[in-house]
Amino acid sequence: MTSVPDTEIDRGGRGWYKRNEIAVTPWLFLAPAVFFFAVYVIIPIFQSINLSFYDWDGLGEATFVGFDNYIELADDGAFEVSLWNNLKWLVFYLLAIPAGLFIALFLNQTVAGIRLYKSLFFFPFVISQVVVGLVFSWFYLPNEGLLNGVLGLVGIDPINVLGDPTLATYGIIAAGLWPQTAYCMILYLTGLNAVDPEQVEAARLDGAKGWKMLWYVIVPQLKPATFIAFVVTIIGALRSFDLISIMTNGGPFGQTRVLSFYMFEKALSEYGFRMGYGAAIAVVLFLIMLVFIAYFLWSMWSEEKGR
Amino acid sequence: MRSMFKASVAALGLTAITAGGAIADGHGLSGDLKIFLDTSNPAPRATMEAMIADFGELHPNLNIETTVIDREAYKTQIRNFLTADAPDVATWYAANRMRPYVEAGLFEDVSDLWAEPEIATNLASTKGAMTIDNKQWGVPYTYYQWGVYYRKDIYEELGLTEPTDWAEFKSNCQAIVDSGRSCFTIGSKFLWTAGGWFDYLNVRTNGFDYHMDMAAGNVPWTDDGVKQTFANWRELIDMGAFVENHQNYSWQEALPFMVNGESAGYLMGNFAVAPLREAGLTDDQLDFYQFPSINPDVALAEDAPTDTFHIPSNAQNKEAAREFLRYVVSADVQTTINNGANLGQLPVNASASVDDDKFLNEGFEMLSTNSPGGVAQFFDRDFPAEMAAEAMQGFQEFMVFPDNLDDILARLEKVRERTNK
Repeated sequence: MTSVPDTEIDRGGRGWYKRNEIAVTPWLFLAPAVFFFAVYVIIPIFQSINLSFYDWDGLGEATFVGFDNYIELADDGAFEVSLWNNLKWLVFYLLAIPAGLFIALFLNQTVAGIRLYKSLFFFPFVISQVVVGLVFSWFYLPNEGLLNGVLGLVGIDPINVLGDPTLATYGIIAAGLWPQTAYCMILYLTGLNAVDPEQVEAARLDGAKGWKMLWYVIVPQLKPATFIAFVVTIIGALRSFDLISIMTNGGPFGQTRVLSFYMFEKALSEYGFRMGYGAAIAVVLFLIMLVFIAYFLWSMWSEEKGR
Repeated sequence: MRSMFKASVAALGLTAITAGGAIADGHGLSGDLKIFLDTSNPAPRATMEAMIADFGELHPNLNIETTVIDREAYKTQIRNFLTADAPDVATWYAANRMRPYVEAGLFEDVSDLWAEPEIATNLASTKGAMTIDNKQWGVPYTYYQWGVYYRKDIYEELGLTEPTDWAEFKSNCQAIVDSGRSCFTIGSKFLWTAGGWFDYLNVRTNGFDYHMDMAAGNVPWTDDGVKQTFANWRELIDMGAFVENHQNYSWQEALPFMVNGESAGYLMGNFAVAPLREAGLTDDQLDFYQFPSINPDVALAEDAPTDTFHIPSNAQNKEAAREFLRYVVSADVQTTINNGANLGQLPVNASASVDDDKFLNEGFEMLSTNSPGGVAQFFDRDFPAEMAAEAMQGFQEFMVFPDNLDDILARLEKVRERTNK
């Protein structure tokens, strides 16, 4: 709207906006985004931090309790379990990146019907997480499940993946890897399109092949794709919630909870009436995320500067 | 999700005019009446909608708007709509489950309704469950018994009869386990089913008063009485009484074990009867018995969860809402909505009649004559929300790893001390 050329005759001294157009216009364009980002993201962050110092059931009066919620967190076994599970998610979810890369390399060829194969591999990312969770929980069923059917064929005793407190989290992560691998795959497939064929050619003339070719020639050129894959996977790991809710509901006895799920249980679920405590958990989760956010911002910033 | 009765109300308005306004006489209720329901299952939903339509017919000038919310989602949404955009009538649950909203001043005090002779005499049995601080905060519309639903044909095949005491309960169970089945199916994924077992074992071991004292937070979880309850529970677990991998299943997913004859019984509420019948079990195969006595020194007491209607404090049309509550608890309506074709549960009005259904009759008989100790709501309705959530998770852990008991009890005791502050 502001870029419409001024068709009026300039009657002497230019207006304030005209004089400052270059400086002001970007801010005008940014203003709606800044406003909504502030209202729906920035301010709620501070509200959450503030709330974490209160004891509030979400209905009545909130009472200030200082650091009590955090002191209680330090002594809360369920919180500790959730924290460790978050860590497991962060570490094992990253497997989606190499897996996605290898599937992308495998699919990056011209054979009849390759588009169909690509879309089949991409399919799990398209379907809802809820469906993924349901499919995998049936797959893991202790008696009727496909997994135990296959294990039975090779003579292994049936295992109850989702009912076993030590295995359940890994079972859910494996389910999460299925769509996440597809996501990373699609990122790498587009990245592979941008790989410079001349460099590959030159490397070939120098005798590079196999792993060396991949590691020293292809992967460095895929760096932007790897960065994005890393970002989305880390974020995906930290916001894992739907799969847990569908597959185990946090159980057995709370052993598959992660911070986001624990926060939901404490503050918002059927029996959750502790908004302050939930907010304290959210603050801890936010601090963990902040580490990654800072890293992402820093690496993007240094990239910009390097240009 | 949303069903509007505007059209039907408008149509009824026309008939009222042609009928000379005879129906509207003496009532004069007008304006809007917003009703929020959590009865999202098909049968209860149809029952409620039909009942509301009938109510609308009596009050043609009233514009009734009904919203049906998914039963599970309702439990979290209620906090928002009671504070922000309150309906005039909302469903909920009795006892401690309504306490947070009562204490926050979000439910209307309806003691005046309870003072009316019609309600005071006919609903006396549920008054306690609706009372907090000597005031009543809503009215019940249905309740149902808990107990052991069992496969009569399996019991007959093994030559067993309904147990009358703890020893027979266990010997029956041993015989069933020896026949390669489990005595009881249970799906503890959503935890509350284990709360039912705790309720019965604790009430039978320590008595109703002890149990309610515990709910009030006056008994430590490390008390010897509690430990005895768990010791009794453990006898069943060690025997192999419960279906394996129950932590993976919801209560519905645990039903097939009983239908297929892999399990001989189910400690459940009467709402389990409908799906069991639908799955093909006839009344010759399916039967019911009261949970037998464990400690002969304590009186039998039962769980009978009550579902309720409340008027939010922020309601706009409280006059119409009160009239609706009166209508819901009236004897005729109670008889209709609780019959086998509708809710299939027990009417709360003493003048209403119980539908002629085997299980309803047995349940009504049990609750009215053989529950001298008292009637509890249910674990997660009697105990404070936070305590209930932690405890039920502990019960599930105990059922899978009974050796963790001391650790679990210590944890629960910590929660009790905090929630009691």
